[in-house]
Amino acid sequence: MPVQVSGEVLSLRRIGAYHAMTVVAPGVAEIAKPGQFVTIAVGGPDTSMLMRRPFSIYQVRERGVYGGTVEFVFSIEGRGTRWLADRQPHEPIDVVGPLGKPFSLPREPATCVLVGGGYGTAPLFPLADALRARGCRIDFVMGAAREDRLFGALDAKRISATLSVTTDDGSVGLHGRVSDALPDVLATSKADVVYACGPMGMLRAVSRICEAAGIPCQIAVEELMACGIGVCMTCVLPVIGDDGQTRMVRSCVDGPVFHGDRVRFDDIGTIPADAVGAPDSAPARVARETPAQETPAHKRGLPAKEAVR
Amino acid sequence: MSSTMTVRSAQQVPVVRSDIDMSTTLGRFELPNPVLTASGCAAAGHELAQFFDVSLLGGIVTKSIMLRPRSGRATPRMAETPSGMLNSIGLQGPGIDAFLDKDLPWLVDKGARAVVSIAGGSIDEFAKLAGRVRDAGGASMIEVNISCPNVEDRGLVFACDPRSAADVVQAVRRATRPEVPVFAKLSPDVTDIVAIARSCVNAGADGLSMTNTLLGIVIDTDTMRPVLAGVTGGLSGPAIRPVALRCVWQVHAALPDVPILGMGGIRTGLDALQFILAGASAVSVGTETFHDPSAPLRVLAELREALAARGFERLSDAVGLAHST
Repeated sequence: MPVQVSGEVLSLRRIGAYHAMTVVAPGVAEIAKPGQFVTIAVGGPDTSMLMRRPFSIYQVRERGVYGGTVEFVFSIEGRGTRWLADRQPHEPIDVVGPLGKPFSLPREPATCVLVGGGYGTAPLFPLADALRARGCRIDFVMGAAREDRLFGALDAKRISATLSVTTDDGSVGLHGRVSDALPDVLATSKADVVYACGPMGMLRAVSRICEAAGIPCQIAVEELMACGIGVCMTCVLPVIGDDGQTRMVRSCVDGPVFHGDRVRFDDIGTIPADAVGAPDSAPARVARETPAQETPAHKRGLPAKEAVR
Repeated sequence: MSSTMTVRSAQQVPVVRSDIDMSTTLGRFELPNPVLTASGCAAAGHELAQFFDVSLLGGIVTKSIMLRPRSGRATPRMAETPSGMLNSIGLQGPGIDAFLDKDLPWLVDKGARAVVSIAGGSIDEFAKLAGRVRDAGGASMIEVNISCPNVEDRGLVFACDPRSAADVVQAVRRATRPEVPVFAKLSPDVTDIVAIARSCVNAGADGLSMTNTLLGIVIDTDTMRPVLAGVTGGLSGPAIRPVALRCVWQVHAALPDVPILGMGGIRTGLDALQFILAGASAVSVGTETFHDPSAPLRVLAELREALAARGFERLSDAVGLAHST
């Protein structure tokens, strides 16, 4: 269960083009799982910015000198993140978390390909730790617009069997996108499962490649949110449920992690006509005539702990 | 360092003073205190219960429920604005069956007082919804959402026309048990809110909820197109507080005996006090809950302190006080 914590900034550091903030947030770190996120109130007590900013959890330490800490990575995109980047150690900061459904982990050792775009790689590091603790092999694929927007390449190299890097401008690694590198990595690693986090276009491309290769894929989306706790219905996207029906589900509580083959990427930004409760739609059908595509994941018992959806 | 930090959860709520009588009434609905959630900003209470005990508030106003499941409008549905936000959710919800089956019983079970907000596309739909809520039992009050701006047809915003507003209110009043108050939720986007208020009261409304959001637009200067997929959205948050407060003021001045549930950008106890002084018997905390999920309970504690600091023994003594000369 998430908590709201009046925490403190412990440290702030630059990592390439990004900023990473560590906050003392007792109660959050102890129960956070890979793929979950926190929301941060920005702008101080009399802020004109009412929307909390959501950030994937990068690193947690359950027992620090000051209590549990949570680190998250951000890029300065607007006034809220600019305010965050200007914080000093010991300043108070309001944290809510951990929020959302985490990544599901395989029951038995498996070969896992982790795919990240930009600082979308951040939540993949605690995931990698959890996977390695279960004896999984990690193959890392990361891409960004240019070299300084890659996040964590050195760490990724240290923890993975192979690291593939792509940049849009070719400044380092393969000149192209992660989707250009992924098919070869899947084939050579004999991947059992893929985990991805990054921009929606990347997640869509990764999900397509995995579907074609018959490899289960979990993706963590980053949708615009107002509340982060499931109340406001801002962050919805069309997702196919276990019953084959499409619903507009909340990425904050029903996600941010989804099975890639369940997200209707082409219909994001619309209400599909066959979605439950769509305008002027026929009454929702009880079930599709052809059941939702059975993924190899289910056949192999992967991802195993508990299917996220 | 860690000694200065606090973890707020349902077990550790702000301490509230108990020597002030905070009880109030909304028609025949008796509340232990005057702070409620606002419709659409608390879902059906379940999520907020992770942060505080929902029975400690005056009531939980649930998100407007419709007859059938509804998927709402396309995304993007939200834009942050100065001290506010624009939303264009479009009443996404599970429909009345699921609401009565799961959500309302859960609230009753938790000891919360449920104010059920209903929204329909026609007078008949409103009447059917009221009937379903009546038959299910458990609602302490009905809030009739005749003012949601996020509908395709502006002609369906019943609160923009005195006759349409009255027709809906009358249908809901007839379909509701006499002991359950019916409040009409009004839009500030009208020329003469007193005329709409009077029309609703004459049609049988026991009170008025004021106000819903104001219609707005934000344009993305990079794409040079509206930010919201639905183009327009409802503006909420502190940015609209003076407008909402003015509506409460005008209606209380014209109809001093009609109870008002006030809302619009309440962030603090002092904001709530403004609404009380303008004539509201109770207040809803809405958008601030997105910023601070424990806000409703905090506002209650702050309001209590603010009343104590001003020498009040009873909340009810402050209601409408700003009008006295």
